[in-house]
Amino acid sequence: MADAGGTGAERPAAGGADVAARAPTPAPAPPAGRMAGRRLWLVLWGGLAVATLVLAALAPRLSAGPLADLWVPPAWLRPDVAGAISRFMAWLTTEARIGPLAVTEITRALAAAIEAPYELARNLLVDGWTEGRGRRAQQVFPPLSWIAIVAAAVALGVHARGWRLGLFAGGCLLYLAVFGQWQSAMVTLASVVIAVPIGVAGGLVLGTLAWASRPFDRALAPVLDLMQTVPTFAYLVPILFLFGFGPVAALIATIIYAMPPMVRVTTLALRQVPAEIAEYAVMAGCTPWQRLRRVMLPAALPDLMVGVNQVIMLTLNMVIIASMIGAGGLGFDVLNALRRLDIGGGIEAGLAIVALAVALDRLSQALAERARSARPAVAGPWLRRHRWPVTVAAVAVATGLLGLAFPAMQSYPDSLTVTTRAFWGDLVRWVNVTYFDSFEAAKGAALTHVLLPVKRFLLALPWVWVLALVTLAGWRLGGRRLGLLGFLLVLYLALTGLWEQAMTTLYLCGVSVVLAGLIGLPLGILAASSAVAGRILGAVTDTLQTLPSFVYLIPVVMLFRVGDFTAMIAVTLYALAPAVRYTAHGLRSVAPELVEAGTMAGCSRWQILLRIRLPLAVPEILLGLNQTIMLALSMLVITALVGTRDLGQEVYIALTRADVGAGLVAGLAVAAIAIVADRLIAAGARAQRARLGLAEGGR
Amino acid sequence: MTGGGAKLAARGLWKLYGPHPERLLAGGARPTPEAIRASGHVAAVRDATIEVAEGEIFVVMGLSGSGKSTLIRCLARLVEPSAGSVSFDGIDLLAASRAELTRIRRHRLGMVFQHFALLPHLTVLENVAFPLEVQGMARGPREARAREVIALVGLEGREGRYPRELSGGQQQRVGIARSLAGNPELWFLDEPFSALDPLIRREMQDEFLRLQRGLRKTIVFITHDFDEAIRLADRIAIMKDGAVVQTGTPEELVLRPADPYVAEFTRHVARAKVVTAAAVMTPGGPVEHAGTVAAGDRIEAIAARVEAAELPHAVVDAAGRVVGAIDRRAVIGVLVGRGPGS
Repeated sequence: MADAGGTGAERPAAGGADVAARAPTPAPAPPAGRMAGRRLWLVLWGGLAVATLVLAALAPRLSAGPLADLWVPPAWLRPDVAGAISRFMAWLTTEARIGPLAVTEITRALAAAIEAPYELARNLLVDGWTEGRGRRAQQVFPPLSWIAIVAAAVALGVHARGWRLGLFAGGCLLYLAVFGQWQSAMVTLASVVIAVPIGVAGGLVLGTLAWASRPFDRALAPVLDLMQTVPTFAYLVPILFLFGFGPVAALIATIIYAMPPMVRVTTLALRQVPAEIAEYAVMAGCTPWQRLRRVMLPAALPDLMVGVNQVIMLTLNMVIIASMIGAGGLGFDVLNALRRLDIGGGIEAGLAIVALAVALDRLSQALAERARSARPAVAGPWLRRHRWPVTVAAVAVATGLLGLAFPAMQSYPDSLTVTTRAFWGDLVRWVNVTYFDSFEAAKGAALTHVLLPVKRFLLALPWVWVLALVTLAGWRLGGRRLGLLGFLLVLYLALTGLWEQAMTTLYLCGVSVVLAGLIGLPLGILAASSAVAGRILGAVTDTLQTLPSFVYLIPVVMLFRVGDFTAMIAVTLYALAPAVRYTAHGLRSVAPELVEAGTMAGCSRWQILLRIRLPLAVPEILLGLNQTIMLALSMLVITALVGTRDLGQEVYIALTRADVGAGLVAGLAVAAIAIVADRLIAAGARAQRARLGLAEGGR
Repeated sequence: MTGGGAKLAARGLWKLYGPHPERLLAGGARPTPEAIRASGHVAAVRDATIEVAEGEIFVVMGLSGSGKSTLIRCLARLVEPSAGSVSFDGIDLLAASRAELTRIRRHRLGMVFQHFALLPHLTVLENVAFPLEVQGMARGPREARAREVIALVGLEGREGRYPRELSGGQQQRVGIARSLAGNPELWFLDEPFSALDPLIRREMQDEFLRLQRGLRKTIVFITHDFDEAIRLADRIAIMKDGAVVQTGTPEELVLRPADPYVAEFTRHVARAKVVTAAAVMTPGGPVEHAGTVAAGDRIEAIAARVEAAELPHAVVDAAGRVVGAIDRRAVIGVLVGRGPGS
């Protein structure tokens, strides 16, 4: 690098050198040499790209010969990890003991502890209390009437923000009643009502411990990474073995899935409490517990509420997915309808999921905002201060009593339900008939010109070559440790014998992410450049992010049937929102003085966008890309239901066969891909940020 | 001042950040700045020694990065010093147990922060009552006491407001009231007025002096503003690169700066505000005079009187004895920047 320094110095590198001087962590190389070094790397990467293409082209000839082991990981290199895990699981569920108690006794006790409140919630919302079993069951006490639950939603909305939100939330629930989705929706809601408090409380405890103890934080970080990247289907089977069949297993899987963001938000929120406030708590003579309970957590409350919102939305997402494995509820209705090709019924249940999701999201967001703004002082007599809970309770009792005489007060009368089933069914049929040729043409073109070539290319690459490339990229972007991590994780993919599936996952995910980027980037630029477009796109992406992943499958399957193309469209739609959001946010948060400086230098609007805003927004856009990839991977597992042949399918097959080992091995492979992508992009964003002299930012 | 009379004394205080501060300072070693940097450490406080007398306003003045904030945090043991001792009223604070420290902080220390550090979820009244609440005081007495100190800082009628509904100056008044609620003996103020507008800052300084005249607390006051230091201080310690370069009264600093760094600060100070009659008088016995001034009077206060008289004024000490004379020339000398120290 040193002898190339001269060429770098000749270039007008003043801008780069100046920025580098302000960078928080100056790199070891001097600026002039660094410029030349960067060019050297560019050439090297170009050469590697060419070599990769050549290798892929030569694959048909070489992969059959004596070099075959370099293309597909040889069998002798694959330890039986899956078998070992299955045997361990069998031992855990039959023989393992902690002290005098068998492990399963402990886990079953835990399950019972969760089951009790779940039963209560279900009785309250859906079933009521009954005596006797089966056909002779007699309801001795009814569940909450539909009027009471709608009233509760209205009251919560009014309390959180005002009448408009109250009426909106009430309207969403009324929609469920009117369109005949009440029963299923309440089954879903019962799971949410139980899983959310447990997820929030667990997240608070773990997040606080991670805040208080660095070693715990370091130990917890990889666990959280796995909880967020291993697909739920993969750990559903071990959970079934440990906690027994039934809704509780689904609830526990839901909690594992929904808790990590709360842990992270808690730790981050506590760290972001101003240092002076933490110091004040000490100076005021607080005990450690007082400090946490009276100062730190209340000061962090507005941020914590953001975490609560995330837990609610993830919980709903997971409850919908889990209902496919027999927990009942709205997700089950959708799946059932799709299986029977009842298109109208599927859309109707899907829309009910949307209504429930939007209501829950808006309510919890309003509560979060309420925590942020000044609260009016509560004064007056007890009844006035608690007027909303009292009103709802009164409505519940009144409608419950009146329900004995007028059943319509208790449960929404079937005769008044409206169904749009036929309408939706006809609409989809009409679209399919009218546009069949165009759809088929688009699908065929995408498959022959994009999807299949990319798939063939990735599958033609020798695994040793991919291993080397990822290791090199990791080392270059994040140093020796990242290089080693990349090496180990890719090696894992090779050793598990799932190389082909992993490459298929990479191909589907990659194509979808590129597509999402191609659509999302321009939309993000549009959102940042006009206030009106920004508001509209903001509302649309907010709503898209609210919807459970499963909902995305419904329209796509109806229009394109099953296969890779369908999966790609669904994944792209699901993963689109962060691409738009982060791009818009990155462009908007460029310092206004820089834009003003550009304007005064005589830049046109395009020049300001291309020369000032976009380069400075790159770190933020990379974070958006990262989120897009994570969402794409999580959606990919769901698309296994429409017949892809990637890792998601492996996980799904293992689930249906109750094969613990195979499921976990494939699930960890998905996690490995996610973690490699995440670390590489994060390191790239960090390097770019340092180069631009920007502060390390959060979201 | 002797160590025995000090309310708060810190001796040989060090705070190093880095891998092994204790090794570098083992056995009372005093590493040089070069040795500290070479071993990969950063020095925030280097060998600082200060003594604060009872009822005194002791100002620690330094620019950003001089270590003044770390010093006050070492004194309050918010930051654990790497070496040295801190004694408060004869108690070794660095040896105090956690419980003991909590007790001392609850009943004997108060602290005001630069950015107020008010709890956003509590009203003014609840904020001020908070330190009493964590001690376990019942609601009635603690709210009565809180209202008392809120009245003291002139915020009656705003007890029900939340901090974000108040202006910066009002928020710091709440901060001050809160720190006084427990009736502390030792009062730490960490750049309390730095975040305020200049006009409000001046008003708050006056308010602070008014309060202190009634309260007579022992005060450690941090600032980066030399004018503020001179306005408020009984004595000032000037810090640079973690070390205390000079400690003295404002007049001593102006007249006898220990090094060019201190001199640079004092150069632009209005000298008449700090120099006393005793410093510029012609020493000697009684002479024919137009009137008398006290030895400790600031020139600013007596300039008009001395300048208007044909004859010099006699300077008398605290006992009423004439110790010298001061004439027009001496006063004008101070006003135009001629004379001792310049």
